[in-house]
Amino acid sequence: MKEVTLKINGVSVTVPAGTKILDAAKKAGFNIPTLCYLKDICNDGSCRICVVEVKGQKKLITACSATVKDEMEVFTSTPKVIAARKTTLELMLSNHNKNCLSCARSTNCELQKLSLEYGCDTKAFQGAVTKSRVDENDYLVRDNSKCILCRRCVAVCNKIQTVGVIGANNRGFASEIGCAFEKKLDNTSCIACGQCINVCPTGALHEKDDTAKVIAAIEDPEKYVIFGTAPSVRVALAEEFGYPIGTDAEGKMVSAIKRVGADKVFDVNMAADMTIMEEGTELLARLKDKTAALPMITSCSPGWIRFIEFYYPELLPHLSSCKSPQQMFGAIMKTYYAEKFNIDPKKIYVVSVMPCVAKKTEILRDDEAAAGVPDVDVVLTTRELARLIKAKSIDFAALPNEEFDNPIGQGTTAGLIFGATGGVMEAALRTVADVLTGENLEKIDYKAVRGTAGIKEAKVKIAGNEIKVCVAHTMANARKILEDIKAGKCDYHFIEIMTCPGGCVNGGGQPIVPSYISNNVDVKALRAKAIYDKDKKSGLRKSHENPVVKALYEEYFDHPNSHKAHHILHTTYHKREKY
Amino acid sequence: MSNQFKETQEQRDKLNAVLEEQKNVPGSLMKVMQQAQEIYGYLPLEVQARIADFLNIPMEEIYGIATFYAQFHTEPSGKYKVGICLGTACYVKGSGDILEKLKTLLKVDAGKTTPDLKYTLDATRCIGCCGLAPVMTVNEEVYGKITVDDVERIIAKYND
Repeated sequence: MKEVTLKINGVSVTVPAGTKILDAAKKAGFNIPTLCYLKDICNDGSCRICVVEVKGQKKLITACSATVKDEMEVFTSTPKVIAARKTTLELMLSNHNKNCLSCARSTNCELQKLSLEYGCDTKAFQGAVTKSRVDENDYLVRDNSKCILCRRCVAVCNKIQTVGVIGANNRGFASEIGCAFEKKLDNTSCIACGQCINVCPTGALHEKDDTAKVIAAIEDPEKYVIFGTAPSVRVALAEEFGYPIGTDAEGKMVSAIKRVGADKVFDVNMAADMTIMEEGTELLARLKDKTAALPMITSCSPGWIRFIEFYYPELLPHLSSCKSPQQMFGAIMKTYYAEKFNIDPKKIYVVSVMPCVAKKTEILRDDEAAAGVPDVDVVLTTRELARLIKAKSIDFAALPNEEFDNPIGQGTTAGLIFGATGGVMEAALRTVADVLTGENLEKIDYKAVRGTAGIKEAKVKIAGNEIKVCVAHTMANARKILEDIKAGKCDYHFIEIMTCPGGCVNGGGQPIVPSYISNNVDVKALRAKAIYDKDKKSGLRKSHENPVVKALYEEYFDHPNSHKAHHILHTTYHKREKY
Repeated sequence: MSNQFKETQEQRDKLNAVLEEQKNVPGSLMKVMQQAQEIYGYLPLEVQARIADFLNIPMEEIYGIATFYAQFHTEPSGKYKVGICLGTACYVKGSGDILEKLKTLLKVDAGKTTPDLKYTLDATRCIGCCGLAPVMTVNEEVYGKITVDDVERIIAKYND
């Protein structure tokens, strides 16, 4: 490849042709601030924060979108550049709701950080302010008074999820990010993935905060409050308390939740194991049944479920009928657990801690109330759990490691790896292989389905059968596979689809990593590594070997896909109208 | 939508023909939107949704363009465009009160159209005949030096 040599602040650097000035500067040891730029997703150059001076050019140019040229001389922090950036920031601040003290993103806001670094005067420009709206629903809040029109949310919605329900409306001072015909977001074909929240540089987007509901339930002596935590919450929660990305804090998480005041803390990994039992059995049945819809596709990820219901309803028969682990967890609590311990299911309050905002919509679906009351009462994102822990003045760093409660706290690490893309597939294969061979296989690492590639496929030979599997994450990748299925070009047997890039570890409810870090570090890979490291060391790596799972079938469900299991652990889907 | 969308078979056929013609032409969206507006007079949700589905473009992208350019309208106009000037001269002569009267009489906000598609009420900037302030217009007709009490009589003329 052709190479280009240029100078950045006098430092000579050689980079491949086509490299952006931003990346060349990084290589030369200089950081250029950005706001609208998101690596591989958004480089419109619209915010003008990354402007630099180039010798021989009158105008400042944007480093995120301009490519390097031979013998170019770039200056990244001349007085002219600094003054331009400062003015741009001050203009943004002049039209910004500055109630920063109690903003959800305070101390983690990219605008706040830059304003501090550039010594901005928050009152440099005063005058008219755009009349903006707040759009609030069951899962998300958009407060455009804090929006800086960087369009990162628009880019992620369009390019990563191919959903495109948000965009810039109107013109000039009246410009605003919103939906077609000014509809409310939950009145569009939004899939509720929450990726827009994760990429927002400010507090314009955040999850609907449900911590108050949880505090009220804990204070209510009538309520029996059970917390369940999803696989990927434990490998991200600690980031909210200053720990490095990819820290496993399972023990501290459990002990924090106990101190928050939960009656019981259980592991949703257990319900993930149940999902494998039900889904694996369903797959084996479909493989034998010539009339069944194949490939079968996983149903754990509620954003994905909304996506197929909105955009590909004709393919709904391909979905596994299994409820997601969250819903199985709640259903088991309000049926089996309630009966076993003689607790009225109406008094059980299930708090599900998830890396996800779509989970907040999942609890409101039809056919998710096995005991006649909703399976799950409230969903907290990882971020909200951290907020709850802070609100309760719990010293996270000083907490001991504690274990999930018995008797049904234990999950396997087959359930744990659900948190990363490819994990459900690998967990399923571990169990299906044992069932088909009738043996206890030792070779259970299916590395072909691991990693962050967008679409992964593998052929697995099990007991003389060849099973073709595929793993995809993000709706852009899912769309490619669904189009193949529609065209009859798809010969997979089983497909795992996760809504978010990298799977749940990078879900829309996870701690927000500002772009100045996420542009340089693969956050999803670091969190996934923490999960796979834990799996490698685990003594319990197959769902069907989980003693809790065995007990559940012996005492209650009889066998996977039994009549009772179908009633409690399975669900239905329906077409949704896009407009 | 404030107004129920109705279309004729002819409009439908015309739009389908435009869509078929522009189907595989890159960058054809603006052209399609302009032609659709020629066919329907405006770009209602139903038309934008059809363009979106046909060209495989999110409807929000189309709506964003429709609200960016002044040439596009997302609501139909009424048979009679009632304008009341809010320019300085008219305003100090009480056109603000006349606007309020028009709003109550037509039961519609400024910039909006009545459900029967009869009247569109517009609060305009100076239309250049300050000597007649306050001024109200109905399509091409100009009514000068009017009072709140004249409004009902003027609108009654267009009650066909």
